[in-house]
Amino acid sequence: MSAFGAALKRELLVLWRSPAEMINPLFFFVMVISLFPLAISPKPEVLAVIAPGVLWVAALLAVMLSLDGLFRRDQESGVLELLLTAPVMAVVPVTAKLLAHWLLTGLPLVLVSPVLAHMLQLPNAVLGTVMLSLLLGTPALTIIGAIGAALTVGLNRGGILLAVLVLPLYIPVLIFGAGVIRAAAEGGAVNGILAILGALLALTASLGPLAVSAGLKISSGN
Amino acid sequence: MAFESFADFLAMGKHGFYVWSAYGISAFLIIASMVLALRGQGQVRQTLARQQRRAELDAEVNDESRT
Amino acid sequence: MVWQTIKRWYHMLGSPRYFYTFSSLVLPWLTPIALVTLLTGLVWGLGFAPSDYQQGNSYRIIFIHVPASSGALMGYMALGVAGLVAVVWRMKMAEVMLKAIAPFGAALAAISLVTGALWGKPTWGTYWQWDARMTSMLILLFMYVGVIALQNVIRDPRQAARAAGLLAMVGVINVIIVKYSVEWVQTLHQGSTLKLFGESTINPAMKYPLLISMLGLWLLYAVNVLMRARTEVMWRERRSKWVAKLVTRPEKGER
Repeated sequence: MSAFGAALKRELLVLWRSPAEMINPLFFFVMVISLFPLAISPKPEVLAVIAPGVLWVAALLAVMLSLDGLFRRDQESGVLELLLTAPVMAVVPVTAKLLAHWLLTGLPLVLVSPVLAHMLQLPNAVLGTVMLSLLLGTPALTIIGAIGAALTVGLNRGGILLAVLVLPLYIPVLIFGAGVIRAAAEGGAVNGILAILGALLALTASLGPLAVSAGLKISSGN
Repeated sequence: MAFESFADFLAMGKHGFYVWSAYGISAFLIIASMVLALRGQGQVRQTLARQQRRAELDAEVNDESRT
Repeated sequence: MVWQTIKRWYHMLGSPRYFYTFSSLVLPWLTPIALVTLLTGLVWGLGFAPSDYQQGNSYRIIFIHVPASSGALMGYMALGVAGLVAVVWRMKMAEVMLKAIAPFGAALAAISLVTGALWGKPTWGTYWQWDARMTSMLILLFMYVGVIALQNVIRDPRQAARAAGLLAMVGVINVIIVKYSVEWVQTLHQGSTLKLFGESTINPAMKYPLLISMLGLWLLYAVNVLMRARTEVMWRERRSKWVAKLVTRPEKGER
């Protein structure tokens, strides 16, 4: 626990010192969402139909784009090598890193999502489900995306490749995340779908860090 | 034979276009993949043979210069 | 006993040189067998199987569509297995296989999509519908593209193969989840999914040509994989003596 705590503290501190990295995904999220009423139609009844998908696609892209540089700075400064050869298993610092990243980029998205959902004309009764679905979904997105980031860390044109690798893996989370909001908006039962989202999160949180550290080892060539 | 004549066979009921374009595209993709696999093999062989010849020539030149 | 045999095979085929000799013996037989089987199945299906009482002759696309779909799916599963072996045990031949399996699998996924669309037009009245199977196949194609793209970008072949292997392992889990989640979307949408045919109600006169062309296409896949794997083995082992010998003096029956 102490190794984990120390790693978490370090990661949080590093991220805290470069606030642009946590604010930019948030702005991206808000901006992308505000494009849709302008591009499709500002009519409330149209917006309410597309809102779940728009919220989720925007969140997914924001998380994915924020991950591109997740391991790059560590690799450039050589910290990554140390991390992988340290006596502690690589999974521990990797998990801390993912948690820190989610706390400072994913969680803000969750917190502003009710405002955006309201702007997209979703009924107030649904706002809780919106937050809950993003709360369960965005950590899974961070972890899955980190696998792609780990595999492309040494490549200088990682951005678009990361999208090609990661977007297909995001599809189940997207389907259930947007689906639960849609079900709630139509007045259906949501608990079962939330449970599936939770199961996806449990699966990614348990196996994901292993895959991420394996990917980092492969990318650093040992 | 499920068809009366060859023209019937080509017409496939009213669905000749769908059936034959499906098979045409499939054949194209399969053959293309096989040809690419074969060509890759040939290319690697050629490259290696060329490298080997060059290495042998280099060795000969070195021998001559030594004597 | 069985375990011993499997282990011996694993170690023998794990040696690139042994694999090369083995595949030179197998390919001259396997290639004609695969082609004859595939053509038999297709000719039987296209010309001799009875037409469907509902769909007429458009159903004859099934004889390439189903073999291609199953081949693409199996190919990705094989990628996952090869990925596991390459990442965990670092077996060289598994790395070679990762490179050899992907291209034909991607081609099969594309064939499955195109033939499915061409079948869909006369049956559903539209080329494309977001039904569960078509959508899953589209995502499978995306994942093939990801594996191939990753391999092309990383320079070092061993590192490229292992990175692709890890991606394929994650991808296999994803394929399974995608299948269920896409089916779930259907129930939410109440889409007009016309069942092409109920399970196991297929007429035997249609079943046999289907099974034969399926077997034929799988064998052809194996031929393609062996050919690509041989190329890759040769390139990776280019500094070894046996490859040097092979290049200067091609053995009999080999080019």
